[in-house]
Amino acid sequence: MMFSINDLKLSLPDMTQKPLFGPAPQIDILKGISFDIPKGCVLGIVGGSGSGKSTLARAMMRLLEPTSGSILFDGMDITHTSEEELRGMRQRFQMIFQDPMSSLNPRRKVGGIIAGPMRLHGMDRTKERVNEALDLVGLPQSFSQRYPHELSGGQRQRVGIARAIALRPEFILADEIVSGLDVSSQAQVLNLLAKLVKELGLTLAFISHDLSVIRRLCDRVIVLHQGLIVEEAESQILFESPQASYTKELLAAIPLPDPDQIWDA
Amino acid sequence: MRDAQKEMRRPLGLRLWLSGGWLFALAVGAILAPLIAPHNPLAQDLFAARLPPFWDAKAEPGFWLGTDSLGRDVLSRILYGSRLALFVALVAGTLTCAVGATLGMIAGYYRGWPDRIISRFVDIWMAFPPVLFAILLIAVLGTGIVSIIIAIVIIDWTRFARVIRAEALGQSAMDYVASAKIAGRTKFSTMLTEIFPNVLPSIIALLTLEMGISVIIEAILSFVNLSISTDSPTWGGMISEGRTSVHQAWWVLVFPLITLFLTVLSFSQLGEGLKDRFDPVLR
Ligand SMILES: Nc1ncnc2c1ncn2[C@@H]1O[C@H](COP(=O)(O)OP(=O)(O)O)[C@@H](O)[C@H]1O
Ligand SMILES: [Mg+2]
Repeated sequence: MMFSINDLKLSLPDMTQKPLFGPAPQIDILKGISFDIPKGCVLGIVGGSGSGKSTLARAMMRLLEPTSGSILFDGMDITHTSEEELRGMRQRFQMIFQDPMSSLNPRRKVGGIIAGPMRLHGMDRTKERVNEALDLVGLPQSFSQRYPHELSGGQRQRVGIARAIALRPEFILADEIVSGLDVSSQAQVLNLLAKLVKELGLTLAFISHDLSVIRRLCDRVIVLHQGLIVEEAESQILFESPQASYTKELLAAIPLPDPDQIWDA
Repeated sequence: MRDAQKEMRRPLGLRLWLSGGWLFALAVGAILAPLIAPHNPLAQDLFAARLPPFWDAKAEPGFWLGTDSLGRDVLSRILYGSRLALFVALVAGTLTCAVGATLGMIAGYYRGWPDRIISRFVDIWMAFPPVLFAILLIAVLGTGIVSIIIAIVIIDWTRFARVIRAEALGQSAMDYVASAKIAGRTKFSTMLTEIFPNVLPSIIALLTLEMGISVIIEAILSFVNLSISTDSPTWGGMISEGRTSVHQAWWVLVFPLITLFLTVLSFSQLGEGLKDRFDPVLR
């Protein structure tokens, strides 16, 4: 297994309810989540806004400390591993963020953004590797001299992808990476991701609030609702015969009559 | 479209040229004062007292901006005065910035107890009225350049700490910081390589502003005779002396005032100009 999540719970202090004195009350955001991601699998994680998808993503990446439960990466328990110990293996699991305006340092050039993590992990030939990564995501090599704000939304997101794949990770987590894009850039970025998963043999967790985006890309899907998994199924089965009423609602909300349509655009 | 944006982003930079030009000229004047000052700034000549500036019919050649009531050359005194003013601006501004920005960045980025300690200090510090604080400090430290600089650093570091803390706090919430952690960057390295470049424009803007403020503080202290104890010329001292004879010889007051004003204005505009010119991000 690439990832094994077992009864993961996560609570955060609710600062809006904090009394004048004393600690803020905790709100339970993840309420006991268990699932596995086998090696080579493309797992879709769907759920409405506020269902806890990003929180789950950040817990898996060890950006947030889980309250209880366990996270196993490639058989190793990383639930409470110290940051120092984790550092050596961070190269193996990477994340692509929803908003590249926030996840790309606005005052660093694209080349530096992609090369930075590689240098940290002692990779050589960073310049060539940056160019390779740009090639892989379909950006001209000259873009390494540009700042993020000099790119379009779709191009920025490709930089985010390039930064993640440049480390040659085994696992990538993509959190709503096409939500901010127009429909045609969405299709292009999704096609690119599908291609990279095949070419690089990646294991991928793909988070989205939009089932139509999940359908073609993912082998399995888990449906998240208010911090709990309400349904887990093979992608095809989920779309043909959804069980949970929440899944049916999500399916009904797909705007396009034919969800495959955007893929041919 | 994108090229048009680029064109717009790099205006002529008139602000930068004017403010930088004035400060550069002043710096050259200060450094070369012994060579280019037409007269000894301390030399008194009661027969040449209160000579008007060069355009006046009663002006004497060589005394471009006139003389004061003791017959000392105003231009030479301004040039020599700029040595102290610029030295204090540079040294006090840089030190204040280094102390305040470092503490602010640590507080905003590390949060937790470093933030609680630093923020508490800032709150307490800000409760002191600054001018009173300065005079008190000078009274304790004694007069002299070093005392002035120490006083400025002690009083004004909070300005940097407050602003840079807020900036660093905002930047820390950005996903590029999370991304650096996922890439395995240490906290300290993230602060230097990711946060710092993003708070640098604010630091530069505050730094030049602080240099202007240092000039004013030095002038105020000279004005109330708390600056340096020797009789070497200061702008504040000139303004103070010129004030008493403003009806007979306005130029003794007005020329140092204009110099002070232009210098402070230039410092504050320099920061904005540098940002327009060099910050890659358009805000
Ligand atoms: N730092 C936080 N403090 C308190 N509550 C939070 C915090 N971050 C997220 N939440 C809450 O947790 C819930 C799940 O958020 P999130 O994981 O971002 O959902 P999603 O990504 O599925 O839209 C939301 O109700 C949100 O308000
Ligand atoms: Mg989210």
